[in-house]
Amino acid sequence: MSAAKQVILGAYFPGVNHDTVWSDPASGSHIDFASFEHWARTAERGKLDLLFLAEGLRLRTRGEAIFDQDVVGRPDTFTVLASLAAITEHVGLAGTINSTFNEPYELARKFATLDLLSGGRAAWNVVTSFDAPTGENFRRGGFLHPSQRYERAGETLAATRRLWDSWGSDAVVADQESGRFLRDEHVGDFSFRGEQFDIAGRFSTPRSPQGHPVVLQAGESPAGRDFAAANSDAIFSRYQRFDEARAFYTDVKARVRKAGRDPDEVKILPSAAIILGDTEADARDRHADIRSRQVDPFTSIVLAETVWNRDLSDVDPDGPVPDLEPAPDAPKWIKGRAPLTQDAHATAEAWRELGRREGLTLRQVVTKVFDRNVFVGTPSSVAAEIDRYVREGAVDGFILGSHVSPSGLDEVVDRVVPLLQDRGVFRTEYTGTTLRDNLGLAPASRFGEPGTAG
Amino acid sequence: MSAHPEHPLHLAVALDGAGWHPTAWRDPQATPQALFTPGYWTALVRAAERGLFDFATIEDALGLQSDDHLSTTDRRTDRVRGRLDAELIAAFVAPLTSRIGLVPTVTTTHTEPFHLASALATLDHDSLGRAGWRVQTSVRSDEAAHFGRRALPEIRRDALGTPEVDAAVADLFEEAGDAVEVVRRLWDSWEDGTEIRDAATGRFLDRDKLHHVDFTGRFFSVRGPGIVPRPPQGQPLVVVLAHGRTVYELAARSADVVLVTPQQASDVPRVVAEVRAAEQAVGRTGAPLRILAELVVALDPDPAAARERVGRLDGLAGSPLRSDAAIVTGSPGELADVLQEWRAASPELDGFRLRPAVLPTDLDALADELVPELQRRGVFRGEYDSVSLRERFGLVRPASRYASTPEVAR
Ligand SMILES: Cc1cc2nc3c(=O)[nH]c(=O)nc-3n(C[C@H](O)[C@H](O)[C@H](O)COP(=O)(O)O)c2cc1C
Repeated sequence: MSAAKQVILGAYFPGVNHDTVWSDPASGSHIDFASFEHWARTAERGKLDLLFLAEGLRLRTRGEAIFDQDVVGRPDTFTVLASLAAITEHVGLAGTINSTFNEPYELARKFATLDLLSGGRAAWNVVTSFDAPTGENFRRGGFLHPSQRYERAGETLAATRRLWDSWGSDAVVADQESGRFLRDEHVGDFSFRGEQFDIAGRFSTPRSPQGHPVVLQAGESPAGRDFAAANSDAIFSRYQRFDEARAFYTDVKARVRKAGRDPDEVKILPSAAIILGDTEADARDRHADIRSRQVDPFTSIVLAETVWNRDLSDVDPDGPVPDLEPAPDAPKWIKGRAPLTQDAHATAEAWRELGRREGLTLRQVVTKVFDRNVFVGTPSSVAAEIDRYVREGAVDGFILGSHVSPSGLDEVVDRVVPLLQDRGVFRTEYTGTTLRDNLGLAPASRFGEPGTAG
Repeated sequence: MSAHPEHPLHLAVALDGAGWHPTAWRDPQATPQALFTPGYWTALVRAAERGLFDFATIEDALGLQSDDHLSTTDRRTDRVRGRLDAELIAAFVAPLTSRIGLVPTVTTTHTEPFHLASALATLDHDSLGRAGWRVQTSVRSDEAAHFGRRALPEIRRDALGTPEVDAAVADLFEEAGDAVEVVRRLWDSWEDGTEIRDAATGRFLDRDKLHHVDFTGRFFSVRGPGIVPRPPQGQPLVVVLAHGRTVYELAARSADVVLVTPQQASDVPRVVAEVRAAEQAVGRTGAPLRILAELVVALDPDPAAARERVGRLDGLAGSPLRSDAAIVTGSPGELADVLQEWRAASPELDGFRLRPAVLPTDLDALADELVPELQRRGVFRGEYDSVSLRERFGLVRPASRYASTPEVAR
């Protein structure tokens, strides 16, 4: 009998989004290192695969005003992950880092350093946000034609891989007797020429334990899916309901095959939250309570505005979905949030239809549409569902969030993880030494020999 | 000379590779295979904390080391080459230490000031107020080619002083000044108390306390506000190493601490006067620069043994140790004499940044022999008096420049 298919579990730090209920008495700081420490230790206690930090390089605005109703502010990803590397031993450390507002040389150094400091636990979630307001904080400015953002992402990744490969694992000799520190004078030589970058020289950080940190991607356009299929080790997605998750999974794995790779090499990991109760009814009550606090009347208006792209202050959240037409081509009304939809008119119509069909108010529609908590139930029913998603080919695992920070993960680790372990679908001890090992990924291949020109 | 309670001695230590001697890695006590491991750096910073040092700096650059720091990288294979990112080393050791200041070197030339501000603010959060920043420019043309965004002329040592090279260098320092200004504005862009968590009105923060920094300069513009709430120190400690007028002025405009390189005690009053003149020239307001003198040190209880050790390393290097800073090779007691003599030469010298010639040997000697000797002489503290690095230097925690009602400094 072959072993049951193993579940991958990560945890994202609950922070800047409407899922976080900061007014909950259990909610703590989202900045203090003590919060990150609590979260990381919990994840490691649960033998989770990885920790995950999202990124936002500007504060969100609504109209021109800084958005003040959700959690605002977050620490620098690399810095937090390096601090966490010091107080954990096994769990992976995944940072979301934008390829538009960073340069390959620096990215390669930071990730190689993080991988060295953590003993091979670094991961990079490559995102491609490119909006002009974010660019106002950076030298390069904001404009990057949408068609070029994956070109830049692809070249950034190719260039960083070339840099990582420019030191062989045997490059440091450090022989005190002979006085040879480096194997040869070409250690670190690299060059990369593309449409976006023309760079050359010598890389300054030795090869790290994983060679190439694990690469994740989050993006869903066809270009984004192809980029992920060709380049990534894992995908952070938002498709959580079983059918949509399986559709995404099937689509992406087919793209992976088309890119000439083994579909098992790319893991699909949707975000998810878990709400537990001692009984199913209990869990449903808790869920309803949390949802009502996550999507309060004002939040429901704001979430609708991300679709309509216009001010809906005058709309009654407890009335019907408005008949107003969205304004997708107007200047962005809400800035600093990943787009929620590709086709605003179709989405607005679908919401109206849902409201009419089920007699729901705008707020109720929003609550339903944005219900990202796939798992509501008792620990055993939730464990069974997670197992089913993986066994039936809808996902390879989940990256778990919670409505409270930082203690929200505790209950999952204490009550659900042991049941997954009992089912034989989740590790009871870390087995590998690197994140690649733990995720069941092959060691990083070398893209070209050290010192080869590009 | 006795202790001045009102003018305490400050000591910092400069960490780089296997130490400041070019062949330090070949010393029998050195562990060159460990240079790229976290354990190596943790042990060094903990040793510095054991010695009650104010802060440890960690050197860095965006290119491979060269024996001539101005020239592009050489092809030598007999020297330490390669580094970990200094800011991340500092972040790694932050939770493993509790008092020592952590001061990574980060260049202003190729980095994004916005990322820099976020990283250092976060280091300050993670270390509970112990972060600093040693500001550095990258003059090398090969480092510019690593980014491909701008071309820098190759600056050869013998071309220093020509108008073209001076103009290029002046630009780098002007840009550094702009970068520090932006970083400092971003640290201030969240006033204290921005996060209000007012459940009654549903407001997580008071957006009147968030500010665009709207910086526009010759080299870049940044709108802000930052994404990281104001760091515990308000403003992490900014440190600049300076050898001459242009950089003294940068320090006077931008820094809290300046590192200087007198060659002997009799130089100290002149260097201090030049720093004060630079402060005047740029119209510095607020606290005067804290001034630390640089010294490369090689120590052994038996001074002859120290000299012999350096001699052996010189032999391996093929030339005697040279540095921009003065070099003390001798016993910890002899070093203590030098420090006291330099301090006596100017009451405005606040202390020293010591560069161990060999790591960990000379750092251990500093922590376990020099510091106890200074304590015996009553000129160095017996314990850490504060957590915050600014506070240790007697600097107030500044109110945000954007605060409408400036808080009383504490
Ligand atoms: C699940 C998910 C999470 C994302 N997280 C982030 C993030 O943390 N920071 C960010 O800048 N962009 C984030 N993005 C945005 C993507 O990187 C990308 O810019 C966006 O989806 C547009 O690309 P696409 O057209 O290929 O979907 C996320 C996207 C998805 C689907």
